[in-house]
Amino acid sequence: MAAGSTYTPIATTTLGSTTTTITFSSIASSYTDLVVVANFKMGSSTFQPILRYNGDTGSNYSSTTVWGDGSSAGSNRHSNQNGIYANPGAGVGTAGQFEIWTINIQNYANTTTYKTSVERFSNPQSLTNAGVGMWRNTAAITSVSLTAESGSGDFQTGSTFTLYGIAAA
Amino acid sequence: MIGAITAGVFSAPTAPVTNSYESIATGVGNGSSGTISFTSIPSTFTHLQIRGISRDGRAVSVDTGYFVIKSDTGSNYAYHHLAGNGSAASAGAASSSAPSNTSQFVIPGTSAGASIMGAIITDFLDYKNTNKYKTLRTLSGVDLNGSGNVWFSSSLWMNTDAITQIDVITGTGSAWTTTTQFALYGIKG
Repeated sequence: MAAGSTYTPIATTTLGSTTTTITFSSIASSYTDLVVVANFKMGSSTFQPILRYNGDTGSNYSSTTVWGDGSSAGSNRHSNQNGIYANPGAGVGTAGQFEIWTINIQNYANTTTYKTSVERFSNPQSLTNAGVGMWRNTAAITSVSLTAESGSGDFQTGSTFTLYGIAAA
Repeated sequence: MIGAITAGVFSAPTAPVTNSYESIATGVGNGSSGTISFTSIPSTFTHLQIRGISRDGRAVSVDTGYFVIKSDTGSNYAYHHLAGNGSAASAGAASSSAPSNTSQFVIPGTSAGASIMGAIITDFLDYKNTNKYKTLRTLSGVDLNGSGNVWFSSSLWMNTDAITQIDVITGTGSAWTTTTQFALYGIKG
């Protein structure tokens, strides 16, 4: 049976100044999946956002992506990384261009399995990719952060970040 | 309660429209069956979405799975996928095939590290429309910290019937693990 409205916006922010890290903290365990929608621009094309959970900056993350840039397609991998990168192995394309990264964090609150996400990243002037990311930790996710890879590539004014929760029956 | 960020202010977004995205049912693996079924799907939505984490009992690192719609196991399915394995992109396809001959999403098997799960999101668009064949769109992935795959898939069920049942099936019939969970949602348009 249907359980009523289940796709719930939890929090959102639009930056009024350049920012290095966005953190959604104290996330309730009452949802099944989390969705992060980030519409942002970086100060540099070389650097990119990094997704982390529960403040973990250790080498506990990995990801695989498939990408296309209008002239070629390929696949990249990160292993034993300090976070899940939007476009591992490369930058995010043109600086100062609003880009979108949607991150689906599945079954984030379970304490049995590692945490897997599937993501879509798009820079309309440069490339698009799809990715899978993993955090090798069975802890429930209680905070989600996006960090600009380098201080010189901070998230720019006007960038927006929204967290949604999806609750299954 | 959501904490503050280093700069800027979090605010509560606009209140959601109720009942536009609804949870219909959840299916959990039992360790002995390779099929998880969603039956008696109501016709009150416009689109359906399945979201989940999964793992099967086949002795491989990465396995594949597929959907059977309304118990139709005839050669009435087609698919295309774009895949990345960490070093190269590739593609696959099948036409006019039985569903068991289509590979629509990726799943970790028992050779994957313990605790590793695959993730999947599949959209069933216009599922109750009796004037169209049914199109599915899937994003799935398995990352094993050094190997793994991410897939974009588009699938077709060549039948104009409304979808009232969806079976989620492991590629070789191995069992879904007890950590596998699929959730079916309905989206109103």
